[in-house]
Amino acid sequence: MELIGNLLLQGVQMFLVLVLAPGLTGLVRKAKARLTRRRGASVLQPYRDLWRLMQKEVILADNASWLFRVSPYMIVAATWVAASLVPTFAIGLEFSWTADFIAIVALLGSARFFLALAGMDVGTSFGGIGSSREMMIGAFAEPAMLLVVFTVSLVAGSTQLSNVVAFMQSDAVGVRVSLAMALVALVIVALAENARIPVDNPATHLELTMVHEAMVLEYSGRHLAMIELAASLKLLLYVALIGAIFLPFGIGPAGTGFAGLAAGLVFFLVKLVGGGLLLAVLETSVAKMRVFRVAEFLGAALMLGLLGTLLLFVSRSL
Amino acid sequence: MPDLAFDIAHMLAGSLVLVSFMMIYQDRLSALLNTFALQALLLAAAVGWQAYIQGASHLYASAGIALVFKAIIVPWALHKMIQRLGIHREVETVVGVVPTMLAGMGLVALSILLMLQLTETAESALAREDLAFSLSVILLGMLMMVTRRNAVSQVVGFMSLENGLILATTGAQGMPFVVEISVAFSVLIAMIVIGVFLFRIRERFDSVDTEAIEHFRGEKRS
Repeated sequence: MELIGNLLLQGVQMFLVLVLAPGLTGLVRKAKARLTRRRGASVLQPYRDLWRLMQKEVILADNASWLFRVSPYMIVAATWVAASLVPTFAIGLEFSWTADFIAIVALLGSARFFLALAGMDVGTSFGGIGSSREMMIGAFAEPAMLLVVFTVSLVAGSTQLSNVVAFMQSDAVGVRVSLAMALVALVIVALAENARIPVDNPATHLELTMVHEAMVLEYSGRHLAMIELAASLKLLLYVALIGAIFLPFGIGPAGTGFAGLAAGLVFFLVKLVGGGLLLAVLETSVAKMRVFRVAEFLGAALMLGLLGTLLLFVSRSL
Repeated sequence: MPDLAFDIAHMLAGSLVLVSFMMIYQDRLSALLNTFALQALLLAAAVGWQAYIQGASHLYASAGIALVFKAIIVPWALHKMIQRLGIHREVETVVGVVPTMLAGMGLVALSILLMLQLTETAESALAREDLAFSLSVILLGMLMMVTRRNAVSQVVGFMSLENGLILATTGAQGMPFVVEISVAFSVLIAMIVIGVFLFRIRERFDSVDTEAIEHFRGEKRS
């Protein structure tokens, strides 16, 4: 009976991230539009877009291989699993023993791999450009992400997200400059990974600058819906991850009963809204950088992560 | 067991190293000077915190010196200087930012490994850690002096090196106050001398880019 309850809770978590993800994307778009004094589409627009795309016919290029058709599902599956492993409203869920930090990075990495392959599959020049740029960004973002993982795991003494969050909630954390560095580095990585503004602009199809959009240019219909859903899930994953590690308020252990879980859910929603609004403010206040500056931008994240690990090493070995 | 005194000292000293990296990252002169002022401000905070936890009142004076001279007077004077030289908008680097950063990481790792090995017998964890961080700041200041071509950035590198020295002395509870004051003043005088030199260099070579001088030393054929 307990097992069924736990599985149910895990199912709620998986369902929750899937349902909330397009809403978060819609919220960011709406907030950006309001900040630039436009009215903007409704927050629910991404749901309608997904619905409409699901109804539409898929148009495939003549030379598209099976990889092109399989990739959207692989991408959405990998991202969904990764997103449902991040603690959102409760820790210690049934699958939390697999919720290893490094596993999440690996899942996102394999999603990126399939996306890049799909971009090159049809053989258009835009897809190739997009894939090569995406891999360049990935080559800088992933080491930085892993260093953030190392920093946080060294502080918490575990790479399991549930344990990390439980440690962050306890008083044992103290004032740690390494964690501040890890936070900044994680924000930079999140911006790059989600193709947000200083690195890539999610709202444009300008051929000189687009990275993510260039890769998915050939997709249509339900395939495109899957890819858009995966992008929303990834954004939700990063907001939830930052919220869970650095603002671990309200996340209760799985056995706290209904009231605790409901409170965790409310806190999670507040965090998502706050994260989405902050992202919108950031995106309206900075300009996109040249593609070749991205290496420096992500290099800063790498440096922060490394420095955080080193500083931790100092305070550990004393 | 979170030890708040140690954690805050750790945080301030770590931030000094971080700001050293930010200085390497900046390639605009006025942004560089602002970052330098930030470093001096952090230094003042770090020294002040040391004074508080060591109960050493003379360190408050050191913190005051760092605040007044290095966070206010020196950046202000350098700002004036680059305005008068007309180079406040200049962007310059010799080696790219990324290789410099990597070299800097190597130096930090080196100084931490070295200092933690050397000070194995020291009694206070705080002093060991401060020594490790201050050696990093010193080495990063030197790195800045070698990788920059503009004489003003080299001056800033020198000043940040001196920040590292001050951090070391306050952490190790070693240097008498008289020495510290004289160091502070000699740095100020060094800055005045360097400032005069800057104008002479510019008069002579129409630029404060030190690469122009290498030609005259016979080090570079062009």
